[in-house]
Amino acid sequence: MDMSVDFAGLKLKNPILTASGTFGSGLEFKRFGDLESLGGIVVKGLSLKPREGNPMPRIAETPCGMLNAIGIQNPGVEDFLTKKLPKLPWKTLPIFVNLYATDAAEFGELAAVLAGEEGVAALEVNVSCPNVKEGGIAFGQDPSQITKVAEAVKKNAGNKPVIIKLSPNVTDIATCARAAEDGGADGISLINTLSGMAVDIERRTPRLANVIGGLSGPAVKPVALRCVYQAVNAVKIPVIGLGGIATAEDAAEFLLVGATAVQIGTANFLRPDTAFKIAEELPKVLARVNAKSLDEFRGSLILPK
Amino acid sequence: MSANNCRAVKVVDIKPLGHSSPGEEIVELKLEYPGWESGWRVGQFVMIRPVSWPLDLIWGRPFSISNADDTTLTILFQVVGRGTKRLMELTKGDSVNIWGPLGSFFSKPKDRPVLMLAGGMGIAPFCGYVDSHEQPENLKLFFAHRPPLGNYPYKALSDKVEVEDIQETKPEDIQTIIARVEALVKEYGDKNGLVVACGPTPFLRTIQRAALKYGVDAELSLENRMACGVGACLGCVCKDSEGHHTQVCTSGPVFKATAIDMEG
Ligand SMILES: Cc1cc2nc3c(=O)[nH]c(=O)nc-3n(C[C@H](O)[C@H](O)[C@H](O)COP(=O)(O)OP(=O)(O)OC[C@H]3O[C@@H](n4cnc5c(N)ncnc54)[C@H](O)[C@@H]3O)c2cc1C
Ligand SMILES: Cc1cc2nc3c(=O)[nH]c(=O)nc-3n(C[C@H](O)[C@H](O)[C@H](O)COP(=O)(O)O)c2cc1C
Ligand code: FES
Repeated sequence: MDMSVDFAGLKLKNPILTASGTFGSGLEFKRFGDLESLGGIVVKGLSLKPREGNPMPRIAETPCGMLNAIGIQNPGVEDFLTKKLPKLPWKTLPIFVNLYATDAAEFGELAAVLAGEEGVAALEVNVSCPNVKEGGIAFGQDPSQITKVAEAVKKNAGNKPVIIKLSPNVTDIATCARAAEDGGADGISLINTLSGMAVDIERRTPRLANVIGGLSGPAVKPVALRCVYQAVNAVKIPVIGLGGIATAEDAAEFLLVGATAVQIGTANFLRPDTAFKIAEELPKVLARVNAKSLDEFRGSLILPK
Repeated sequence: MSANNCRAVKVVDIKPLGHSSPGEEIVELKLEYPGWESGWRVGQFVMIRPVSWPLDLIWGRPFSISNADDTTLTILFQVVGRGTKRLMELTKGDSVNIWGPLGSFFSKPKDRPVLMLAGGMGIAPFCGYVDSHEQPENLKLFFAHRPPLGNYPYKALSDKVEVEDIQETKPEDIQTIIARVEALVKEYGDKNGLVVACGPTPFLRTIQRAALKYGVDAELSLENRMACGVGACLGCVCKDSEGHHTQVCTSGPVFKATAIDMEG
């Protein structure tokens, strides 16, 4: 079965991408599979300047999921472009750079740095991080800000597709999706993590130094699927679905509700070859459920009359 | 492209050591050797996650490689929580996903005296250290522990190298341990020795302070909570000597005492 996907003008080998923050720069996973067997990789969030991130502890395991409050620790965009990108097989593997900034102007600046980079296939804009004090989720909950950020990035991104990554921590996901489309985004991805918390009753302390963190993993999949379903029906631009995908069957669920591609996040921690396995299994799963082609299967959800 | 490093291996043997109390058992887990093309080094660790684990437990668990030969790899673990409790339920023939060897390793100078400082389960890597060292007569183990010695592989080590231990049975014992550790670190500094250490964070902090105070060459193996084990999630970081966050799983787990800040 032909698994290739056209995403906002980008040709992807298959619809399996990796989620930002769970796959490093990609290089960390070379010993577990062939990076080029993936549809693409989305690298850890990058900002203009290096960021140390939040204090420890930053992660906690919860039933069927985890909380994280990393706080976008990253070495800065320049470091990525000079030290990591040249080592990635970007000629044959689309590299999506995930952007983090604290206001629309800074997002625009970051886009300008990336616009001329041959090795960068697309920009994914994180307006939905629950773990930082400034920016992040503050944008993600305000549709007018989403539009502003999308416009600012789009203006400076040259010919690179711009994807706005949405937060599920909103009352109406459809409005947010439309806000991104209105700002000129070429696509949207969702979901980022759900705001959550865990405590230790013996020590009487929060399990994360940041107190509140973002929930991800299989526990969030039903929420993610609902959000993707609503977003697909709200906009015309393509949608990347993610949240809790751990198997090829899970990936197929997101395609069925209309996602053009999917990302594998927390499941990369179950075993580091998860994304490769899903890319390998997906055609078999689609064949098993009698899909004629990827395009025929995508969005073919049969709703009750 | 090289072979996938995440491999399924079978449990060769699993047994509790000594007579540990229920809920805090110390277990020796022997797995098939994962066929690592480039071998492994003492101080490195593995991530393991039994194939049968449900999605309920989302992470693998990090453990020091205690020892390995051509056929088996040995891990020693203590039951401390929901993951290790379920690891204890493994039986012979069960499949476990394993990825590794991961991280940095201890130096093994041939002709300098080496002091191994182990706190509790921190004893694990020193089994391999002793067995792979060319001159075990240069090695000494100091072991601080709570459960009785019979629950650890201590006897086997004491047959091969000089050993000393202090059991912590009451809070005051901690001061005795701290004083002894300081004295030993200083002693090894005076004779141009190397200190290698593994154990709980407060234990390592004591060693780091002494090493810095007396200018002693020391290497510390840190144990932070880990999700990926390969440097990707940034959940396991510690502070380096310049105050920057760095991954324990890839920059460590073994660090020079001068390379990290454990006070912050
Ligand atoms: C590089 C490395 C090597 C290790 N080697 C060994 C070893 O040889 N033998 C051994 O018994 N243990 C070792 N550990 C610790 C071991 O990984 C944890 O005890 C284990 O992950 C706990 O899992 P759990 O699900 O049972 O505990 P959880 O239910 O997750 O937690 C129970 C308790 O354990 C603590 N804990 C959880 N994860 C860790 C962790 N990664 N490090 C320290 N404390 C933790 C928690 O704070 C809590 O108090 C090592 C850790 C690292 C990072
Ligand atoms: C440890 C960790 C770090 C993350 N870092 C980022 C990030 O830097 N930027 C971003 O947009 N999303 C980040 N995310 C969110 C994921 O990309 C993803 O949206 C979310 O985890 C839901 O998908 P999942 O359930 O498949 O993991 C991070 C998630 C985790 C678990
Ligand atoms: S455990 Fe993921 S970066 Fe170290």
